[in-house]
Amino acid sequence: MHDTAPVETGDAGVAADLTKKAVEGRSLGRIAWNRLKRDKLALAGGVVVVLLVVVAVFAPLITKMFGHDPNEHFESLIDPLFSTPSGAWGGISSEHLLGVEPVNGRDVFSRIVYGARISLLVGFLSAVVAVVLGTVLGVLAGYFRGWLDAVISRVMDMLLSFPQLLFIIALVSVMPNRLLGLEGTGVRMLVMILVIGFFGWPYVGRIVRGQTLSLREREYVEAARSLGAGGRYILFKELLPNLIAPVTVYATLMIPTNILTEAALSFLGVGVKPPTASWGQMLSTAVSYYDSDPMYMIIPGLAIFITVLAFNLFGDGVRDALDPKGSR
Amino acid sequence: MTTQRNSGRRRQVAAAAAVVAALLSTAACGGGGSDDKSSAAGFDAANNKVANASDKKGGTLKFAGVQDADSWDTTRGYYGFAWNFMRYYSRQLVTSATEPGAKGTELVPDLATSKAKISADGKTYTYTLRDGITWEDGKPITSKDVKYGIERVWAQDVLSGGPVYLKDVLDPKGEYQGPYKDKDPEKLGLKAIETPDDKTIVFKLPSANSDFEEMLALTSASPVRQDKDTKSKYGLRPFSSGPYKFQSYAPNKSLKLVRNEEWKQSSDPVRKALPDVITVNWFTNADSMDNHLIAGDYDLDINQTGMSPQGRTKALKEHKGNLDNPVSGYIRYAVFPQIVKPFDNIHCRKAVLFGADHKSLQTARGGPVAGGDIGTNMLPPSVPGSEGQKYDPYGMAQNDGKPDLAKAKEELKACGKPNGFKTTIAVRNNKPVEVATAESLQASLKKVGIIADIDQYDGSQTTGIIGNPEVVKKKNYGIIIMGWGPDFPSVQGYGQPLWDSKYILSNGNNNYAMIKDKAIDGLFDDFVTELDDAKKEETATQINHKVMEGAYYLPFVFEKFVNWRSSELTNVYTTDAYSGQVDFASLGVKK
Repeated sequence: MHDTAPVETGDAGVAADLTKKAVEGRSLGRIAWNRLKRDKLALAGGVVVVLLVVVAVFAPLITKMFGHDPNEHFESLIDPLFSTPSGAWGGISSEHLLGVEPVNGRDVFSRIVYGARISLLVGFLSAVVAVVLGTVLGVLAGYFRGWLDAVISRVMDMLLSFPQLLFIIALVSVMPNRLLGLEGTGVRMLVMILVIGFFGWPYVGRIVRGQTLSLREREYVEAARSLGAGGRYILFKELLPNLIAPVTVYATLMIPTNILTEAALSFLGVGVKPPTASWGQMLSTAVSYYDSDPMYMIIPGLAIFITVLAFNLFGDGVRDALDPKGSR
Repeated sequence: MTTQRNSGRRRQVAAAAAVVAALLSTAACGGGGSDDKSSAAGFDAANNKVANASDKKGGTLKFAGVQDADSWDTTRGYYGFAWNFMRYYSRQLVTSATEPGAKGTELVPDLATSKAKISADGKTYTYTLRDGITWEDGKPITSKDVKYGIERVWAQDVLSGGPVYLKDVLDPKGEYQGPYKDKDPEKLGLKAIETPDDKTIVFKLPSANSDFEEMLALTSASPVRQDKDTKSKYGLRPFSSGPYKFQSYAPNKSLKLVRNEEWKQSSDPVRKALPDVITVNWFTNADSMDNHLIAGDYDLDINQTGMSPQGRTKALKEHKGNLDNPVSGYIRYAVFPQIVKPFDNIHCRKAVLFGADHKSLQTARGGPVAGGDIGTNMLPPSVPGSEGQKYDPYGMAQNDGKPDLAKAKEELKACGKPNGFKTTIAVRNNKPVEVATAESLQASLKKVGIIADIDQYDGSQTTGIIGNPEVVKKKNYGIIIMGWGPDFPSVQGYGQPLWDSKYILSNGNNNYAMIKDKAIDGLFDDFVTELDDAKKEETATQINHKVMEGAYYLPFVFEKFVNWRSSELTNVYTTDAYSGQVDFASLGVKK
């Protein structure tokens, strides 16, 4: 990361002192990393996030190791009278580490592992969509101001006041089964990613626009301009690098929100299609068995809970680490 | 934001986490604690037999439900429970006997003094009305009222929704325009029904139909008085001819019936009319309704479609004596539209029949108790001519319901798809049990190379989606998951809309398989003209065999329900007349 020093010097007080001490060339990234390392909670969150990503990426390998396909039925483990797993604790055994699903006896562990793929993929990719859209449009609005700013800002206001969830439900239910060469669950995921991302960009856009508005008046930008730098140079070399910190922070905090939205959609039955495993869809099924098979509700609930908590703790940590006013 | 506040927030997060964890662990040990009510009549005590027989009058009978009737207008209702309930405030010329089990399907005279006097050619039905039959305002019920009530079936533009058998049989060419467009001053222009005097009614059929009297026993043949006919609003306050009348009704919330003081027990050999008041309360959530039933706040589920998994488990564990486990008369099945490739080829259809794991499908439906016995053919046990599991042409219930993979592979080869094929399973999105069966079918078919995608469509739009062959073809619905129960216990009342080629419609179609088999059509023609019961049964059996030989259907279960019966109820029994529901007309309460 370069060109960041002026930001620090631009700020009076603590940050200025800090850079003076750090003249040996510690970049902001390095400082942030050092701070992050000291933040135990954020680190724990980070470790969990990395673990989840590993689990999601290697889902087929992991389920193979434990021997069960996520869509394999084990009806023999179901009590035919109650439709719930025969054993205690939702049928937890050495064979099925987290028990089996009611009715069809699918392995809960395998489904949680595969569900992580959906959650992380939708959560991450929709954040990417939001960040790209938000940054581009936010910078444009903040830098060029005038009518462009007016239009983009009003669009953002409009989108922020849109009943997002209802819109997505309506949209997903009228989606065709085949789209752009994708089929079934693929289409649903693409739609979810695009739509969640689309409704998320104004949040990023507003922050970026505000930052840009203040940054474009800074001395170093003035200096670049007076040296004859063009708009493109200023945008890419002067402004964008300074926007990376707030955008990164916002993105990490956006992922858990998106994961929750995906879970909510799957819960409502407009998420991925059966038999694809998804945490929200598991929770939704579990509602009918909360009393007779509570474990089945607790496990996907915990999965969502831990994931969102980990992302939030990590995101908080990153923000603190990147915050020039932060003391740690 | 300062770090100070951050760490504060973090502590909150940690605390919240602890709280959630605590909640989760307590939720795990909920339940338990049984309050034994020893007065329950016992498991299945009312299944095809009378539990707590009693003639004690008085008290309030309290129904609970999650689904209101489609309409309480006798002409418009099509839900079985609504027909059952309508006997409280409507009477018919003939009706089902108030007897348990199969005996309930016999017809007995109600408004009429006896069953019909049928002419030798089977085309003329004559009834004489009883003395002392009255409306809720004390005026006598006349043959004209009966005719007018039946004529309302013709007004489908205003009064849609109900069964139209009478219209199809009495006026197959659709010449009569219905009472609202009738130029006759008395609005009694339908030529097929004659009312020579107030006590006599004569039906003249263009061609004989052996089930005609069954159709007259449907509530859509109830009398309606012309001056009380509020047309499309009639369902909100029907004018009573039975022992109870409407006091208040708020759709989807509550309904209250009180005694019709003008009704005389002496004029009605059918209805016991024991309680003083009958109430219905509707819930939005099945679990909450089941909890109220178990707690004793209500006596009976008016919908009679079985308890939800949660309530069922609790009741089976703690109050088994309050449960009945009747056969519902419904068959749950998958059907293969022949217009969708490769299901035009019988071998591909057979491959699915052999490749399906019937045990797994049964488990998905709720297991042998709450789901029913593995279905092996397409005629429900309550319909005369059915053979139950004895007729099992594809060995579905054999070998513990396991798939026959070798035969499935053979059939695939014969179909020219040795490596399997791709198709789509259409399933209603508002029926979790059906989605579960779709997933089960998908999983077992995958093992023989048939890759099925599950498409969940809007369950309230069945007529326009799976009922529209064009849509079915466009969406490539090779497998449709549905269920069907008899309107009246005969192969005509069950199978004709499903299997007769005359019933293929461009919208609202029920012949999903698009069966165009002259042999089946011919057997239905034989059936409706045959007046001998034994021969009718034989024909019904033959039709069932023809349908199974065509491999159009994969039956899942002969459906069973687990229904709650409170210990307060008297005179409780299930009847085949209403597909295994409790016969409402005979119920009483202890208090």
